[in-house]
Amino acid sequence: GIPVRTTLDNSTTVQYAALLQQLIMKARSTVRDIDPQNDLTFLRIRSKKREIMVAPDKDYLLVVVQNPCE
Amino acid sequence: MEISYLYTRKRSEFGRPCCFSDQAPTVNVDIPPDPGLAGSFVPRDPVHTSVQHSTEMSEHEVNTDRVKVQSRGVNHMEGGWPKDVNPREADQTARFRKKLEKDEHYVNIITQLGTLMKHCTKQNNAINIYEEYFEEEEMIEVEMEPPSAKTINAISKLTSLFGVLLSKRDPNAAKRTATHLSWCPNASKKLAVAYSILEFQQSKKDMSLDSYIWDLENSSRPEMVLKPPSPLVTLEYNPKDSFMLVGGCYNGQMAYWDTRKGQLPVEVSTVEVSHRDPVYGAIWLQSKTGTDCFSASTDGQVLWWDVRKLSVPTEKLVLDISRKGILKDALGAVALEFESTLPTKFMVGTEQGIVILCNRRAKTPAEKITCTYSGHHGPVYALSRNPMYPKIFLTVGDWTARIWSEDAKESAIMWTKYHSAYLTDGCWSPVRPAVFLTTRSDGTLDIWDFLFKQNDPFLSLKVCDEPLSSLRVQDNGRIVGCGSKVGTVSVMEISSVLCTLQRNEKNLANAMFERETRREKILEARHREMRLKERTRSESRVMEMEEAPAESPQEVFARTQKEFLEVIQAELRRKARAEAQQ
Repeated sequence: GIPVRTTLDNSTTVQYAALLQQLIMKARSTVRDIDPQNDLTFLRIRSKKREIMVAPDKDYLLVVVQNPCE
Repeated sequence: MEISYLYTRKRSEFGRPCCFSDQAPTVNVDIPPDPGLAGSFVPRDPVHTSVQHSTEMSEHEVNTDRVKVQSRGVNHMEGGWPKDVNPREADQTARFRKKLEKDEHYVNIITQLGTLMKHCTKQNNAINIYEEYFEEEEMIEVEMEPPSAKTINAISKLTSLFGVLLSKRDPNAAKRTATHLSWCPNASKKLAVAYSILEFQQSKKDMSLDSYIWDLENSSRPEMVLKPPSPLVTLEYNPKDSFMLVGGCYNGQMAYWDTRKGQLPVEVSTVEVSHRDPVYGAIWLQSKTGTDCFSASTDGQVLWWDVRKLSVPTEKLVLDISRKGILKDALGAVALEFESTLPTKFMVGTEQGIVILCNRRAKTPAEKITCTYSGHHGPVYALSRNPMYPKIFLTVGDWTARIWSEDAKESAIMWTKYHSAYLTDGCWSPVRPAVFLTTRSDGTLDIWDFLFKQNDPFLSLKVCDEPLSSLRVQDNGRIVGCGSKVGTVSVMEISSVLCTLQRNEKNLANAMFERETRREKILEARHREMRLKERTRSESRVMEMEEAPAESPQEVFARTQKEFLEVIQAELRRKARAEAQQ
């Protein structure tokens, strides 16, 4: 995917864009497979170091990387 | 009686179709029942037979082929740009971006997604939704869990010699014992294993000399191969530097590796000044340079080395308990122990079953040997101090494991029962003070908890059918590696019951050790008293014996006869009195 606007450095952005695009496609197809009327609205990946939140749409993805409050 | 049947056919009749015809049944043989035989049979009544009607099932084991997994990285490049935009040109991409941002569709979408995202981030900021609730209650639940140990990985080796060229798996025609294991100090996912054959003259000419460093994630191939000049009996990582390893060889030499530099040792000690027997123990010392180590072998010597200069040992000690330094009388060392909290003292376990406590800082070699503890019937195969109470140490040898305290010199303060198989190795758990593990030569791993039960192990696990030869617990106390006689290393994870410190455990363990030490001390004092009394009594008896021989034999005879008669008379009188009373 093409990064349109970003606050991170270029290489990280490119990496996130490519990987998350594929993940969103997979997640969406999973949700649709289980129930065809359903659709993916939001995806949250929480890891040890930070939390990645992705809001998908038909053409675009909004990705936010946050440090969870601990 | 010969039964033969002759069948002839004319050659012209070959190939003719068979023509079958019906035939009436005929009786060939008729054997009537013989009532005379009925006498040799007895009717059985009732007769029990079992009948079962159920689905028949059979058991099968299937093992899938090993999947070779390799990690690779992927390089992401920007893609997906429309045809008229050249991604390398910065101004073209900038123009494209600006145009996109003005698009209405884009603006709408962004506002929508933005509200959705804002909701979630606000949630995140408000509370930590993945917090651990009910932490205290969880602790109690953990105790109910039955103790268990799961095998994570069984690292084994193939036997085909020609596999080297083809499948890149390590081949060994002869199975070698995994004699020593050492966990990597920081990464904790790497395990260095030393392989050698310890039986005398069992090593074949084509036996591989290598020892391996394994990565736990990849159990089909070793991460690194170490090529010593002769098979390694013991191998240790430097606790300060995870790239340095020192190994003791079967022929007595010491070798030192740096894993960044390759498979061959960086330096090997010269044969003339090394040990003359296999090096059974090699441990790194605490020093400013971090390059000191010392080694012990069954030739009776303990040598200190600086790994930067392995051509000459820095110091030497002969394990002669009569303290004269005679090599012929020296005891062979089989186990070596060093605790970094007590840097001047170290302990050596010998083949004769004696543990020698030595002081490195003593002035003369005679004073180096501080004291000895004997109690095992056979070689002391393992020796280790309790990580929380350095005065308490564990020895493993012959059929038992014994716990000693440095203060009680006569005997162990606690010991396990005598097993039916030899105990080959043992070590304390680094997290719980009263838990230790032992391995046996029937392939069983025992985990003992001395606070809980002293007669039996807390958990006994049959790892394999071959004898287990070495054992090492990782520093977090959870993962245990044990090596067997044919070279299979099993890595197991123990359940959390055995590796979390319970409340009060330190105090209870301390109290138990002190109580047993006190008991031993009391026994020791009593023994000493009795021995003293014996000695004085034997001395006084010697003096008495000198006065007695004045009597002649006849007088002795008369005296004994008189005494005998008196005793008989007293018995008779007593019996008469008893009868009279009844």
